[in-house]
Amino acid sequence: MAGKVKWVTDIEKSVLINNFEKRGWIQVSENEDWNFYWMSVQTIRNVFSVETGYRLSDDQIVNHFPNHYELTRKDLMVKNIKRYRKEMEKEGSPVAEKDENGKYLYLDFVPVTFMLPADYNLFVEEFRKNPSSTWIMKPCGKAQGKGIFLINKLSQIKKWSRDSKTSSFVSQSSKEAYVISLYINNPLLIGGKKFDLRLYVLVSTYRPLRCYMYKLGFCRFCTVKYTPSTSELDNMFVHLTNVAIQKHGDDYNHIHGGKWTVSNLRLYLESTRGKEVTNKLFDEIHWIIVQSLKPVMNNDKHCFECYGYDIIIDDKLKPWLIEVNASPSLTSSTANDRILKYNLINDTLNIAVPNGDIPDCKWNKSPPKEALGNYEILYDEEMAQSDASDRDLRSRSGQSIGLKGNRSRDSGKSVLTTWK
Amino acid sequence: MQLDQDTGLSLTIAQIVQRLKGSSLHSQLERQARISLHRPEIKLESLKEDIKEFLKTSAPAEHIKEPLSYMRKSQGSWEKRILKSLNSMCTELSIPLARKRPANEQKELLNKWNEMGTDEPDLSLFRPVYAPKDFLEVLMNLRNPNYDNGDQPSFRNHLGLIQVPLKIKDIPELKDYFSELDLNAGQLGIDDSTQVPPGWLKCTFFAVLAEQDSAAAQQYVRQGCPTALRAELWALILNISNQSEDILYYEQLKSNVVQHDLLVDSLIYKDVKLTASNDDYYFVFEDYLYQVLLCFSRDTSVLEHFTYNSATPPKSYIRGKLGMEEYAVFYPPNVNFKIFILSVAPLCFLYHEPSKLYQIFREMYVRFFFRLHSISSHPSGIVSLCLLFETLLQTHLPQLFYHLGEIGAQPLRIAFKWMVRAFSGYLATDQLLLLWDRVLGYNSLEILAVLAAAVFAFRAVNLMEVTSLAAAEAVLADLSTLKVMPLLQIFLFATVT
Repeated sequence: MAGKVKWVTDIEKSVLINNFEKRGWIQVSENEDWNFYWMSVQTIRNVFSVETGYRLSDDQIVNHFPNHYELTRKDLMVKNIKRYRKEMEKEGSPVAEKDENGKYLYLDFVPVTFMLPADYNLFVEEFRKNPSSTWIMKPCGKAQGKGIFLINKLSQIKKWSRDSKTSSFVSQSSKEAYVISLYINNPLLIGGKKFDLRLYVLVSTYRPLRCYMYKLGFCRFCTVKYTPSTSELDNMFVHLTNVAIQKHGDDYNHIHGGKWTVSNLRLYLESTRGKEVTNKLFDEIHWIIVQSLKPVMNNDKHCFECYGYDIIIDDKLKPWLIEVNASPSLTSSTANDRILKYNLINDTLNIAVPNGDIPDCKWNKSPPKEALGNYEILYDEEMAQSDASDRDLRSRSGQSIGLKGNRSRDSGKSVLTTWK
Repeated sequence: MQLDQDTGLSLTIAQIVQRLKGSSLHSQLERQARISLHRPEIKLESLKEDIKEFLKTSAPAEHIKEPLSYMRKSQGSWEKRILKSLNSMCTELSIPLARKRPANEQKELLNKWNEMGTDEPDLSLFRPVYAPKDFLEVLMNLRNPNYDNGDQPSFRNHLGLIQVPLKIKDIPELKDYFSELDLNAGQLGIDDSTQVPPGWLKCTFFAVLAEQDSAAAQQYVRQGCPTALRAELWALILNISNQSEDILYYEQLKSNVVQHDLLVDSLIYKDVKLTASNDDYYFVFEDYLYQVLLCFSRDTSVLEHFTYNSATPPKSYIRGKLGMEEYAVFYPPNVNFKIFILSVAPLCFLYHEPSKLYQIFREMYVRFFFRLHSISSHPSGIVSLCLLFETLLQTHLPQLFYHLGEIGAQPLRIAFKWMVRAFSGYLATDQLLLLWDRVLGYNSLEILAVLAAAVFAFRAVNLMEVTSLAAAEAVLADLSTLKVMPLLQIFLFATVT
């Protein structure tokens, strides 16, 4: 083909660079002509900012969507999902169906969340309805578990707000905004320990939406036994699964790093709880990932993105979306981790930059099945539509007209399971 | 003399009847007996004689303990060696084999029962009592004094490390024995990865579970268990029902652990830390392992299996109570706890209640796993497995066998640790469970030797190129990507012999 891909990165990680070099790509500086730029979220902000007015050409591709923060900032993700639910409801869409208590049947997958200080009054109202609940405070702009704490009394919020006001006026910017979410205090425990799921999801295009799930996700375990007891609210080793936090614990193990593969989780759940509930759980996880992407559609053809989804499963086997990360850590905590991340980047590049050729954003980005590696198709809008019209034809010629409720859920959900 | 034998026999019968009572097997037997009563060929008058005649003509009853005296002797001196090593460790560290815990210590232990893994006592002084290679050394030195294989080793001789003549199955016999693993039979572990799961198999399993038919369950799991039904099917095969008295029994063992401190506790603790805590699959279950293993070392019902195990239980007594049976604590034979740990850990994927997990493990142990670390001539015993493995390789892949022997990388030196741990810690858990399905199904550990040979066959090309033991070990270091059932099938049924 016409020449080699010229790449730039501002993240000096060997899992990236080894992958670029393996393809025989040529490293250039950001001021030269480049085809492929793996950039940090800070850089993407500058590239797409109004001031720089940088326009990407047809043969250039980057690893973030310009509006990625709509999904990957804790406050905006919740805002967007709330907005999406309202829109769906207005349209009378079946996905916005509610139960008798006014709860969304299919779109209730994010714990109740408010922005602070903006929604303080709304939060107080909610808190008073259920005064024994525990809430988790997270700074909107920080990652890896920094600045997170748990509260179960209103006075703690008041103290926090006083403290942060008096500390300095300069820091009263948007960075200091917090989200407060209802804490999932009944997480599913395995071996008595809490864990969350880290799943990698690749979006190759939003219009039409085409996303892939990485098969080799993992569970991240806390090193200390879980207890919902309020006396341990300050012990972050009990509550937070972030490796950045856990690795400072006395019991952190550097061989496996507290990571357990999703296939182990599946084997365990299927063996102890049964196949149906396990399949339902994983179907629901796929469903919430696809739904979370719908409110943040973007037209840009020069982008792809590998998101890191954090999901917690509660003891009733309901999955909760906790947050989405734009630049999942490429630092490897263990030997296995290193292999996993190298392969993750490799498979991501195979889909985003097929055959390692110079990108062409007019290409429709639908790679053949053999090129997917450890990715599997999670949702493909084009295929979903052709399938839906297929089914429409069939049902029109056929007889299945009744059971509206069931079918409406189906139309959204079956696409997830159809193309696995 | 005759009288003695008779009373001994009736005592044994009484014991068997006692053990059977209340089990589902008992009701099955009774039902079958009632049905048989109506068959014309069965005559009550001559029933006793007919049964005697049948037993005489059919195979002799399984040897109660070890029939070969040289095996018994080796087992005896191996036990002595271990006990000596344990005792000298006690003297060296000046700690008792067993002691009663003071009240405050009991309370503390009870409080942290569910998170014993967070404890970090200094165990650097404790050393493993033996390593698998010490045990292999003992097996290699076994000789039958009545057997003379001549001074001239002929070409047909067994060239392996194990030099005792035992009856083992050859390939045609294995094919016949494992006929359900045939290429034409539906297999879970192969067919479930294709589009259509073998639905017929699943239907059968549901029926078996509904009927609580233990014998049928055992027959069907030869073709593998569906993941979601495995826990139930295994419990059925092992006759474990987890009744309230079983839970109570477990609680009693737990209080024994709380009351008494044993030297083995520290050894168990250390070995869990060294194995499971660092294992990618099993670290999650660390605390369960203590809960099972500490109780196991206090369980006197395990002693019953010594009536058919070639080993004898080393016992210890609470200080000042020497010789008083009610104060006896027994030491699991051949205290290499890594082996125990790795036989409990995979079960944690199936059972999450400690009492049930405990019972399943205990039953698996007294049926199967004890054979992997005592010296006996049983077909599932470790000696026979080693011999079977070496013979299979020598006949199947003579060139490879010879090549590895020449460079001092005798295959058994590598495969021994796999077999002695029933492959736990080597295979991915899903594959390990598929393998253990067959162990339960055939009520035999011989499949371990077949798989070990199949692994060598699978890697034969690479192994032919190595020139040292270390290099051969490197080729076989990672078994976690292997698929058990295809390997077994290819080795047993698709290879021309």
